[in-house]
Amino acid sequence: MENFKEIDDIIALHGNDKSSIISILHDVQHKFNYIPEDVLEYVSEKLSISPTKAFGIATFYENFSLQPKGKYIIKICDGTACHVRKSTPIIEALRKELNLSEEKITTDDLMFTVETVSCLGACGLAPVITINDKVYGKMTPEAVVDLLNEHRKEIGNEDK
Amino acid sequence: MKINNIDEFNTLKLSLEKAFKNQSKKIIVCGGTGCVANGALVIYEKFKMICEEKGLNVETILDLHDDSPDKLGLKKSGCHGFCEVGPLVRIEPSDYLYLRVKEEDCEEIIEKTIINNLPIERLMYKIGETVYASEESIPFYEKQSRIVLEHCGHIDAESILDYIAVDGYSAFIKALTTMSPEEICNCIIDSNLRGRGGAGFPAGLKWIQVLKNQADIKYVICNGDEGDPGAFMDRSIMEGDPHRVIEGMMIAALATGAREGYIYVRAEYPLAIERLSKAIEQAREYGLLGENILGTNFSFEIKINKGAGAFVCGEESALIASIEGERGMPRVKAKRPVEDGLWGKPTVVNNVETYANVFNIINRGSDWFKSIGTEKSSGTKAFALTGNVMNTGLIEVPMGATLRNVIFDIGGGIANNKRFKAVQIGGPSGGCLSEQHLDLPLDFDSLKSVGAMIGSGGMVVMDEDTCMVSVARFFLNFTQKESCGKCIPCREGTRRMLEILDKIIEGKGTLEDLDMLEELGDTILKTSLCGLGKTAPNPVLSSLKYFREEYISHVVDKKCPSKVCSKLKVIYIDEELCRGCSKCARVCPVGAISGKVKQPYVIDQAKCIKCDSCIGSCAFAAIKEA
Repeated sequence: MENFKEIDDIIALHGNDKSSIISILHDVQHKFNYIPEDVLEYVSEKLSISPTKAFGIATFYENFSLQPKGKYIIKICDGTACHVRKSTPIIEALRKELNLSEEKITTDDLMFTVETVSCLGACGLAPVITINDKVYGKMTPEAVVDLLNEHRKEIGNEDK
Repeated sequence: MKINNIDEFNTLKLSLEKAFKNQSKKIIVCGGTGCVANGALVIYEKFKMICEEKGLNVETILDLHDDSPDKLGLKKSGCHGFCEVGPLVRIEPSDYLYLRVKEEDCEEIIEKTIINNLPIERLMYKIGETVYASEESIPFYEKQSRIVLEHCGHIDAESILDYIAVDGYSAFIKALTTMSPEEICNCIIDSNLRGRGGAGFPAGLKWIQVLKNQADIKYVICNGDEGDPGAFMDRSIMEGDPHRVIEGMMIAALATGAREGYIYVRAEYPLAIERLSKAIEQAREYGLLGENILGTNFSFEIKINKGAGAFVCGEESALIASIEGERGMPRVKAKRPVEDGLWGKPTVVNNVETYANVFNIINRGSDWFKSIGTEKSSGTKAFALTGNVMNTGLIEVPMGATLRNVIFDIGGGIANNKRFKAVQIGGPSGGCLSEQHLDLPLDFDSLKSVGAMIGSGGMVVMDEDTCMVSVARFFLNFTQKESCGKCIPCREGTRRMLEILDKIIEGKGTLEDLDMLEELGDTILKTSLCGLGKTAPNPVLSSLKYFREEYISHVVDKKCPSKVCSKLKVIYIDEELCRGCSKCARVCPVGAISGKVKQPYVIDQAKCIKCDSCIGSCAFAAIKEA
């Protein structure tokens, strides 16, 4: 990371107290779509936390990832309400379409990440997915592929 | 605009009440997560545009300077609860509730209902031929008692002015001006308000212990880490009535002597975080948070902490660790947070819904609160009704209402004409109850007596097509993944239980495995460190108790009665129907199908991997599942 200026800004926003680490990591994750290792080390130094401890915190919480994630993060809810309204075929359809699995969650072109979450709290619309925090309800395996294709089109248009 | 003293507050309140009344008609668009996902915000903007085009006197924020009496209020409210049929639009004063409103409907609503006072029947709720015009007449709402959720769907969720106009912050003013800290604590103790987060510990007892603790710094924490899958009561309260939560925390601070508060919200609830942040900002701007509130010597500040995706952080000691910037693991301490909490200081930790109850208890008194609910569980409880039920959504009933009331009267029964099989209450920590429990009153103690718990209030209804063994596995898989790994019973025990369940689902289980599940479950319940482990075996143990025959079918007959467990399926070819075309043999990925052309083919059960490929390939529907 050549430029730590942006990281300094994030730290300045939350203060360099040890307790700020989770808020800071949230912002770092948001900025890079993951937490680069050198940034994690830099943050730990600024907050006077050992790198081991910072690593422990970053790996404990599901929202933080040390691996790069896709431009579009698709979260499929597999909470109880979505599960009993058949979320599993939706997960399978998406993984099949993007050539992903439970272990490999991000496409090689870094465009899509597919992950499951325990509950998005929009159970009334089950089964639910979110794409970059936008909620889509009452999904089916077919609808989710259509939605994916819309986003692919968007990417195609941006490239032009 | 800072309010400097109580008199100024009262003056402002009077003018806001008047301004609220001057909005003689109101369009209230549901702004909860569910309706927003269905396009509620687009509808809101569309209404605004049409009103402006037509030159109607529309007002989105209460305007104190415009005294004209016939204004049209346009509001974005919190969750109305009836998410199934959203986006919802409520019209006042006629109380019409329009369902599944689309952009195209907005023009008609303005023309007919707002300008000409006519109902639009096609947008209303119907059962058969009966049309339910007003929200209150719909069975889903009629059978509820909305006290905590009273503002959700009625006021603008993003406006402190609306909140003050409907008596908001009056309980705080009452506590601030007329009650001593002891009196506030005693009022909450007398009301028997028990924690709505699950365990049901009396909130007032926590408060008085913190009050009695002589410490220089004390904290008030609001637990909004609603991690239970299938629960969204707290989300709806935080989104729909954020000031109610803030007011509850302010009263707790007054009662205990705390000067700082934290709200811990899951990162999965971005809208709740946004609305709470806005509400805190507004409260600060009006001088209701900060130094010397309303010119008194009471000062209080609230900070929001965003969770980062760890279910265990809903446990209070883990939540405290997370606010301190540590891994969110439960701490083993001889002392409770009321003595040794955040940064070692006395701390009150209560759930969102608990704080939301404080307003009415202070204003209407503890006797009023006790008059609702049962003897040992006072008040109401919000539940998230989900799963295979007709009307999913957010509901609120008095404690002691029965499961039958909730599932059949409010929920409208089971969807798709299926039969009721089970209901799972209290999330992954709760239990699975069966038909025999339908008349059980919903309160803390009754549910505990049958191995379930109110938990946070998630209620997932399951129909006859649900396999209870897979459901139990689903929950255990969740708690297993979320186990923080600190103590062995939870970390290792749940894993062993999960392995046994996997064995059963694959048809390799034995009767001894069922005994082992019970033994392991019992040990985990008794020896785990925190609430997560202490309740993790509940779904398995309760389903073993109430649906044992289903487990026995899996281990003895090697059959899944609901035909859910794929490994237990038997796929066979009906000799009568098979024409011997050989297509199935060619699609079978493992070469399990053989036979002679033009004669019935057979599947070798030892080789079959139950992938269903052959079923789809057969042109004569000769391949069946048993």
